Amino acid sequence: MRLAFILGEIGSGLRRNVSMVVSVILVTFVSLTFVGAAGMLQLQINQMKGFWYDKVQVAIFLCSDGSTATGCATGPVTPEQQDNLQSLLESPAVSQYINDFQFESKDEAYKHFKDQFSNSPIVDSVTPDQLPASFRINMKDPEKYQIISETFSSQPGVETVIDQRQLLERLFSAMNAASLVAVSVAGVMIVCAILLIATTIRLSAFSRRRETGIMRLVGASKTVIQLPFILEGVIAAVIGAALASGTLWAVAHFFLGEYLSKQYPDTAFISPGQTLILAPALLILGGSLAGISSLLTLRRYLRV
Amino acid sequence: MIRFENVTKVYDQQARPALDDVNLEIDRGEFAFLVGASGSGKSTFLRLVLKEDRASSGAVYVAGQNVAKISSWRVPRLRRGIGVVFQDFRLLPQKNVFANVAFAMQVIGKSRSVIRDTVPEVLKTVGLEGKENRLPHELSGGEQQRVAIARAVVNRPGILLADEPTGNLDPTTSMGIMGVLDKINQNGTTVVMATHDDDIVNEMRKRVVELKNGVVIRDEAKALYTSMIPIVGQSRRLKDASGREEIPPASPEGRGDGAGEDQR
Repeated sequence: MRLAFILGEIGSGLRRNVSMVVSVILVTFVSLTFVGAAGMLQLQINQMKGFWYDKVQVAIFLCSDGSTATGCATGPVTPEQQDNLQSLLESPAVSQYINDFQFESKDEAYKHFKDQFSNSPIVDSVTPDQLPASFRINMKDPEKYQIISETFSSQPGVETVIDQRQLLERLFSAMNAASLVAVSVAGVMIVCAILLIATTIRLSAFSRRRETGIMRLVGASKTVIQLPFILEGVIAAVIGAALASGTLWAVAHFFLGEYLSKQYPDTAFISPGQTLILAPALLILGGSLAGISSLLTLRRYLRV
Repeated sequence: MIRFENVTKVYDQQARPALDDVNLEIDRGEFAFLVGASGSGKSTFLRLVLKEDRASSGAVYVAGQNVAKISSWRVPRLRRGIGVVFQDFRLLPQKNVFANVAFAMQVIGKSRSVIRDTVPEVLKTVGLEGKENRLPHELSGGEQQRVAIARAVVNRPGILLADEPTGNLDPTTSMGIMGVLDKINQNGTTVVMATHDDDIVNEMRKRVVELKNGVVIRDEAKALYTSMIPIVGQSRRLKDASGREEIPPASPEGRGDGAGEDQR
């Protein structure tokens, strides 16, 4: 009975205040979309880092079948060449600059590739043979990349030496800046949302002051009086959060999935499914923001 | 049922107190009028009973409980034991008669079946059978006040507070309302009614507590709106209608309680 009553009150409150409720929904929608966009950028950065990025700085790719580099004139890397390279890495001249190194075989490379590009159609057309084996080197000082590069570039069996950081760092710093902007915009919008929810609840409490006055007089509990107002704000904000989650999913699905991943097939993009990890966080964020701001407003404007 | 012990209520330190050292006891099942000019402290009295305000000093007991000691989350329980009726009815305009009365039961979580049984019964008590589906604006003032009374008593409170319930009504209608309040009082509910309406007070011949500037200046049983004995200044000794000696109201000791007891 009481639940039905509270639900009825919420319904009538939402109906009476449609324009304000719609504005709360839209403001939370926009602010949480920005929050979610920042989250998506971070997810995308993680995706692009792949398996090795945080573990090593320099990769020495070994010759494979189709290699055209000068060091690969003798064809694919031979076991002897590979042993030579490994002993070179272990020699004091080189090992003083590196913490450790790992060998990635073609099969391992294929496995890591599949993980990173799981959302991309490219994964189906790649076989382990096409991927080069490599030594992955964790540098003591990443700035000393040149030494490794000079030492190994000309070694037989080495196709190329790559400093991964240099390739991606600038892109990542741009994306981090973008997510910082998104978070700042979101912060401003969230302040708007909180104030708007507070105003809405105030209006709602004012337009129903007769009811709440009577409820107080006949001895309704604080919960019964306040809950409809709080839930009103929370419901509006959660709808906004759901819209934001939907938008992020749509962006991941249509823009990243259908468009960008075709334009840049060699880049790993996040899948629409991954954006759904953000959804619960957005829903909780929206709901709790609304709940807290309604509660604080009611404390001031609704005597119980 | 309601006991005031040396209750003083100060809203503003500069102004005189709204209630000044009031001692008063209203027994279970009693019917008492609270009379006095505007600003004499009638409404403050009712607010203190409801714990809408807290007394600046002294103690207010309602149904044996010191209201100052009731924690805020138990105030609703206190208010469930008190029905309140106002001059302006305070009905919900978009709800019909039945829904207005049922509202008071819904918000404290009464079940649908209990509401279905109780509301028609109470509407019958106040003389509104057959008008369950009317909206407030389709009713006369007297009928609206009956709805308000029905809502106030539907949860069977021990006390009914009425703040000028006949203030907006013509004399004939007012007498009808008084009949309803009297019936409720006969059923055992303590009724305290603040009023300016001298005709009603004179007609009913119930206990009259007169306030002036926050002080009880008269407390008589079966009394009239104005005292039979002219009051010249508050320090003059008063005599009640039966001619017995009264305690002067300006002196704090023994007023209210003692005099009230004698008369009952």
